[in-house]
Amino acid sequence: MPVRKNPDKTLGESLRDHGLSRRGFLKFCAATASMMALPPSLVPAIAAALDAARRPSVIWLSFQECTGCTESLTRSHAPTLEDLILNIISLDYHHTLQAAAGEAAEEARFQAMEANKGDYLVIVDGSIPGPDSNPGFSTVAGHSNYDILMETVEHAAAVIAVGTCAAFGGLPQANPNPTGARSVMDLVKDKPVINVSGCPPIPMVITGVLAHYLTFGRLPELDAYRRPLAFYGQSIHDRCYRRPFYDRGLFAESFDDEGAKLGWCLYRLGCKGPSTYNACATMKWNDGTSWPIESGHPCLGCSEPSFWDAGGFYEPLSVPLTATSGDLLKTATVGAVVGGGVAMLAKKRAKDAVANRQPVTVEELEDRL
Amino acid sequence: MDQFSVTLGSKAPCAGKPQDHGHALPILHEIRHALERLIATGEETRIDLNAMPFGPGDLDRLRAWLGTGEVQASVSAMGLTLIQETAIPGVWLVDYQNADAQRLTLHLEIAPVPEILRPQAQDLAEAIATLDARLEEGQSNPPRSS
Ligand code: SF4
Ligand code: SF4
Repeated sequence: MPVRKNPDKTLGESLRDHGLSRRGFLKFCAATASMMALPPSLVPAIAAALDAARRPSVIWLSFQECTGCTESLTRSHAPTLEDLILNIISLDYHHTLQAAAGEAAEEARFQAMEANKGDYLVIVDGSIPGPDSNPGFSTVAGHSNYDILMETVEHAAAVIAVGTCAAFGGLPQANPNPTGARSVMDLVKDKPVINVSGCPPIPMVITGVLAHYLTFGRLPELDAYRRPLAFYGQSIHDRCYRRPFYDRGLFAESFDDEGAKLGWCLYRLGCKGPSTYNACATMKWNDGTSWPIESGHPCLGCSEPSFWDAGGFYEPLSVPLTATSGDLLKTATVGAVVGGGVAMLAKKRAKDAVANRQPVTVEELEDRL
Repeated sequence: MDQFSVTLGSKAPCAGKPQDHGHALPILHEIRHALERLIATGEETRIDLNAMPFGPGDLDRLRAWLGTGEVQASVSAMGLTLIQETAIPGVWLVDYQNADAQRLTLHLEIAPVPEILRPQAQDLAEAIATLDARLEEGQSNPPRSS
């Protein structure tokens, strides 16, 4: 994957180079507004902003993950709007997708970091064994995930944690958390962190966040868990088309009873929609074909913290699910930069760690197992 | 050929007609307000139907309510955009598709003419120069037939 230094073309110029007409651009903007969950009345403003926008450099790091999040982004039928966005951003490092391997790949990351110091975006999928864990649980080129993360975010403009593993620890962090998995926001305290949760997140939501950054040159407004409000501002239950049945007390009691066949509410089959914030009910899945509740399955709550440990998937909700980690709420801020002494301390710790970075040795692995 | 049928455990009949979830009706009211604005002030409105929490059948019901008008058009740019006038004058369905005919988004436009059908302002500004270039080319190299 070639490294483009300081991409100098605007988005409008790049699109025109791709042979896109002005009507095509208008259509692109209409689709982008829809993707960003913004009203169509903003299309002219989006068109003006996108025309002048510059391509950001993006470094994508994959840690303890199943690659489902990358699959979600890339497995839609090409060519899609997502492709277009990905071709337009300068994706300088993504070790699952890039052709380069080994030292050449790592060199591409360093070059992109150097050429775009202070301006590049870091996308992370997967959780990270924390600084006190055995570093050998997950390494890239012999270096621990923790070291690579801290080194890469140091000069980033912002970090986007894609998927519930990166955002909240996800499956690797589920009890008993054998690898000491931590989320990105547990570890990165001195950069804006945006969480795009979901297992996996809806592809349009991942690209919607990128499109927002591209369009407006700043990060979107976030909720208490640092998720973009445009996509996570309403619960599944608030936008569920089965809601009229819930309100009338009409519930399916099993997966094949009459109520299930008539499309009644799935609350008693374990639906976590009332406590889950995500865009499935409107953006849907598989290019807008359907979504879990439309195909008759309760929502599992995959975009919420600790959803793996929140009781059985088929147990009806009794009390609203909230984050179990008090830490999470304390560290969560609406908006951007974390300031003050904590941030400084974290920054110093990160710097020391990077300076002292050493490949993981066999002795170390055996020692900590 | 015999009808192929899948039998489930329960004797309850599968719903032949999708349930009415009641999500299409509020859109009709929104269209009504938009038409009032269009007639009174000329203000145009776009409604993103992709952002509506529709259940199965809701969109079909809305389309049936709106009916089909006389005008159909398509724009070929980054895949097709299909434009259909509804039976209500000034209310258009604009279906933005990608090159694989997958829907990018579906808008209702309440306007005299949908935006995408009009020439874009910058294109119009370049129209005379484009025509002049063709004229110049035509004089030195006239078309062979008709
Ligand atoms: S199916 Fe789930 S999200 Fe939908 S109304 Fe019932 S409880 Fe709420
Ligand atoms: S319906 Fe619920 S569990 Fe399913 S993908 Fe959406 S948020 Fe996740």
